[in-house]
Amino acid sequence: MHTAAGVEARLPIRSDMDLVWVRQHVRQAAAQLGFGLVDQTKLVTAASELARNTLVHGGGGLMEATHVRAGGAEGLRLSFSDSGPGIPDLERALSDGYTSGGGLGMGLGGSRRLVHDFEVESTPGSGTTVRVTSWATRPPRQRGAV
Amino acid sequence: MPEHEAGGSLATPAHEVRDFLRRRREQIAQRWADEPLFRTVFTASRDEAVEAGKAVVDALARVADAQQVEDPDAAGFSAVREQLARMGAARSRAGLSNTQVSSELAALWPPAENLLVAESDQASPEELRAWSTTLSVLLGTLRLVAMQTALSETQSLIDRQRLQLLEVATPVIKLWDGIVAVPLIGTLDSARSQVVMETLLNAVVDQHARFAILDITGVPTVDSLVAQHLMKTVAAARLMGAECVVSGIRPAIAQTMVHLGLDLGTVKTRASLADALGHCLHELGTNIVNAAPDGAGRR
Repeated sequence: MHTAAGVEARLPIRSDMDLVWVRQHVRQAAAQLGFGLVDQTKLVTAASELARNTLVHGGGGLMEATHVRAGGAEGLRLSFSDSGPGIPDLERALSDGYTSGGGLGMGLGGSRRLVHDFEVESTPGSGTTVRVTSWATRPPRQRGAV
Repeated sequence: MPEHEAGGSLATPAHEVRDFLRRRREQIAQRWADEPLFRTVFTASRDEAVEAGKAVVDALARVADAQQVEDPDAAGFSAVREQLARMGAARSRAGLSNTQVSSELAALWPPAENLLVAESDQASPEELRAWSTTLSVLLGTLRLVAMQTALSETQSLIDRQRLQLLEVATPVIKLWDGIVAVPLIGTLDSARSQVVMETLLNAVVDQHARFAILDITGVPTVDSLVAQHLMKTVAAARLMGAECVVSGIRPAIAQTMVHLGLDLGTVKTRASLADALGHCLHELGTNIVNAAPDGAGRR
């Protein structure tokens, strides 16, 4: 059984300092699950974008990291939730170049391309949850026979 | 206790403990002076350790007097808070963890407890148990106070370091006449990128730089905000007549930026600082040639 310690976590997102913590945790967790350098960087970058969205647009929230397995592959699921104003037009928010916060408008759509699975749930007025999952392309080290 | 009054039911355990602390102030302080916590902190003289111990005993007596043995915010503790903070800090500097400091504080209980038991031979077991419990609770609260103080010290240290980190010198390095470089390290949030931009623009003016190299080898994550900061810096430098080259883009970062859809547009990029310097020198019309292999050069 692969250990989930150091992978699963619930991290608050309330300030810029928390974003640093989110990135560090995701990097470390992804490395532990056997993500290659490129996949690590992609997932960390996606986490950085989504956590910043949670902070800037959602007024703060929570990131939950979960270790997932499917068919012998190890994956990391990150869930970013806030109870902010929600996203009124999801289609538009996912398109490149659209921004409501003065950024480049690449955050949401860009992070979708950086991960394997991407899911948004948003209810205007009550908050947004973005769930992303990425899989390690090579099996993690020190894995016993399946 | 010898001079226990007949109407003893009126005296609460807290007041009994208070009287005990006042009566045995000297002995308790003497014994505490031999405990590691006092012995290793107050090294100048034993008297100093004893005095510090007395101050703590006095504070405990005041807290017991006010019947606040369980309240870490009791006014009685305020007199020794600073002293506890200094003691805790001294032990931390000596390499002890908070847990170890906490167990050193716990070690103050047995000597006091022994004194209490020794002088209470005439008390009933119930009374003795009540006093002993109260004393134990009181010292537990003292531990809590010391830990609270240590935590708030840690918090203020973190706050100071956060400020320091923000102001970590962003050195602008002159690489050649007209070429400056800024090695960016760590997280490039809005506050830090502002500092970087200011330093760079000042250097462009001071050094009459025509080229500025922003090296991002030390930036672990380039997301859209970092890219935006980079582009703003480049645009500002360009307005001042300096061309910017962004170097140190690692393969993983390059792939990530492509997926994210980030395009640095017209910004010149190079893989390494050396490549960037080569590009700038070339643009300046400076050629660097290797010395002839047979040493036919000057010398």
